Amino acid sequence: MNKIRLIIEREYLTRVKRKSFLITTLVVPIIIMAFYAIMIAVSISGDTKTQSIAIIDDANLLDGKLEMIKNDKSIYHFIQDESEQSFKSKYKQEGYQLFLYIPQFHDSTLPRIKLHSQASVNLIVKSNLEKIINRAIENKRLKAAKINPELYKSIKAETEIENIIDSRKGEKKGIAMLAYAVSFIAGILIYMILLIYGTMVMRGVMEEKTNRIAEVIVSSAKPFELMLGKIVGIGAVGLTQFAIWVVLMLFLQLMIPLFFPELFQHLSDPALATASLPETGAGTMAEIIEGFRSLPLMLILFSFVFYFLAGYLLYAALFAAIGSAVSEDQQEAQQLIFPVMMPLILGFVMMAKAVNDPDSSIAVFGSLFPLTSPIVMMGRITYGVPWWQLILSMALLVITFLFFTWMAAKIYRTGILLYGKKVTWKEMWKWLVKKG
Amino acid sequence: MQPILEVQQLKKYFSTQKAVDDVSFRIEKGAIFGMLGPNGAGKTTLIRMITGIFFPDSGSIIFDGKSFDPSTDIAKIGYMPEERGLYKKMKIGEQALYLARLKGLSKAEATEKIRYWFQRLEMDTWWNKKVEDLSKGMSQKFQFVTTILHEPSLIILDEPFSGLDPVNANLIKDEIFRLAKNGSTIIFSTHRMEQVEEICDHIVLINKGKKILDGTVKNVKQEFKENLFEVGFEHKAGETSANSIFEVTEQKDQSLILKIHEGFKPHDVLQYFLSLGQEITSFRELLPTLNDIFIKLVEGTPLAREFQPLSSSS
Repeated sequence: MNKIRLIIEREYLTRVKRKSFLITTLVVPIIIMAFYAIMIAVSISGDTKTQSIAIIDDANLLDGKLEMIKNDKSIYHFIQDESEQSFKSKYKQEGYQLFLYIPQFHDSTLPRIKLHSQASVNLIVKSNLEKIINRAIENKRLKAAKINPELYKSIKAETEIENIIDSRKGEKKGIAMLAYAVSFIAGILIYMILLIYGTMVMRGVMEEKTNRIAEVIVSSAKPFELMLGKIVGIGAVGLTQFAIWVVLMLFLQLMIPLFFPELFQHLSDPALATASLPETGAGTMAEIIEGFRSLPLMLILFSFVFYFLAGYLLYAALFAAIGSAVSEDQQEAQQLIFPVMMPLILGFVMMAKAVNDPDSSIAVFGSLFPLTSPIVMMGRITYGVPWWQLILSMALLVITFLFFTWMAAKIYRTGILLYGKKVTWKEMWKWLVKKG
Repeated sequence: MQPILEVQQLKKYFSTQKAVDDVSFRIEKGAIFGMLGPNGAGKTTLIRMITGIFFPDSGSIIFDGKSFDPSTDIAKIGYMPEERGLYKKMKIGEQALYLARLKGLSKAEATEKIRYWFQRLEMDTWWNKKVEDLSKGMSQKFQFVTTILHEPSLIILDEPFSGLDPVNANLIKDEIFRLAKNGSTIIFSTHRMEQVEEICDHIVLINKGKKILDGTVKNVKQEFKENLFEVGFEHKAGETSANSIFEVTEQKDQSLILKIHEGFKPHDVLQYFLSLGQEITSFRELLPTLNDIFIKLVEGTPLAREFQPLSSSS
């Protein structure tokens, strides 16, 4: 036990002390947060300044007045005695960012309205303008049909459907898009963890083999201790890196409003949040937060940590076995790594399917099959998974990782001491089945 | 005296070859024991069994009077493999500490010993260097230190001098002698025969997985002597007629090399020349070098063994 601890310590410390570890650990969250900040900034950027919009209304559609849209911060000016052609060249000099031209049109058709701008127009501004124009046209047509606009308003229906999930704990709001996002992100994270730290184990084993240090170490410790120490040590590196990332991301998220105060205002503004995040379908920020509360957060977190660890141990053992069988040649590693990469990629594909259709037979299979379950189960977990499936999946995963570790140890023991020879699958099989 | 190591009928068969095939020998405490053999003879497999890396298929290993138990006994063994191995990116000091602690030393103990050895071999300034910054000879020296740090009672050195300049080779050689004098036993594996003659007390020769020679250097030489003598003369080497006592194998300007026939003694040769009235200035026996014996025994067998299929595996 003492030796394993020493080996874990070395594997952990040598990696954590490296400059490259420090750099990736710090840079990755900063890049992600910068990306996130830029995305938010871009989506509402045009709106952070009040826009001045010039309108030439040749059709006299708006009748010189505007019905204000809620939270619309744009300033509108009607321009008289100018044509589209003449004003097009000077609206900018006169201090307008945008210039809306409404040509004359026949009542039964829709006008071909043009919005002139210097750059691509902010979506919110455009949709507000569309709302204004559409309402004006509707009013005009109601008048023509002799329908009282007030009556029309009372007839018009604008229903929104709310999804309620019936669980044993009672009703809760189903936040389909939120569940989708959380599942997908969790699945991708597990996939990346398995890949990144798995290959890190493989490279570590290859390094020891090509350096010939393995022979020195195994004359002091058992090969199994060396392998396990490496796997656990690198796993601890992964956990450390991950913990730092989470803390840094939370910290940076709090920092964002300080750097972009106006951005924060918009985000706290429910209507704008809806407008800037039109795809979530979850409604306001308040609803998103409420949605998060409705998700089985503890279960998700527990499953994430479990599948992180068990999945990592499973794949790390496989990668260690591969690393031990490879002699110096990098290309050989590529060939041997392929069968291990296959189920990982397959898991990723199944996960992409599972987030859309969590109860499909392929998703259920993928979340039970131990080589794909860490990834696929994370894609299903937010939608609620029957207990028996979750327990079966976890049990299968644990049994498989114990079996694979035992198998990998056999291959590893022979592999690390075998130099300069290309190893075939047949030989690896022999190492596996031989006694002793 | 009780031997430090005794192997009995050790066997290790791999699927394609008999790596070690029924080998037995014993090593006395404090001896410098030479394990010789051509490449692929099975030396490394044998050493790996003694260091607990491999389990023998059959046979037994007695270490210090008890049956060899790798889990405890490997702490008393220091092994420097022929294929040198160190972590290239790890600092020298940390690495020595790690390897020593793996052998069961406490951190404080290990630090103290490392300081002692680094000072002794003039490596004090290396502590914070990385292995990749060392020359081949330097890392060799460092590897030697890591092998003996935990004061093992059995030290196994596979080609310890390869890559060392004569000054450092002598330094290591002196350390080997000193360690042996202080009670450590050394197994010295090599195919550089002149080093073996100089250093080893006892040798075994392994070929094709079998032991083909076992004994002290002196006895082995006696065993393989061909009764060759060199006789030096005051004047030009005299004419010798055919006789029943010896035959001349080589004639030089002022000396003869002759082989004494069975049943005769050096005494008879001297008498023969004296009776001829020739003045003899020197007379000495020519013993074969270990190199000659090695080549004689191993010659004709391919250097690296061809893989031979096993009819039955035990």
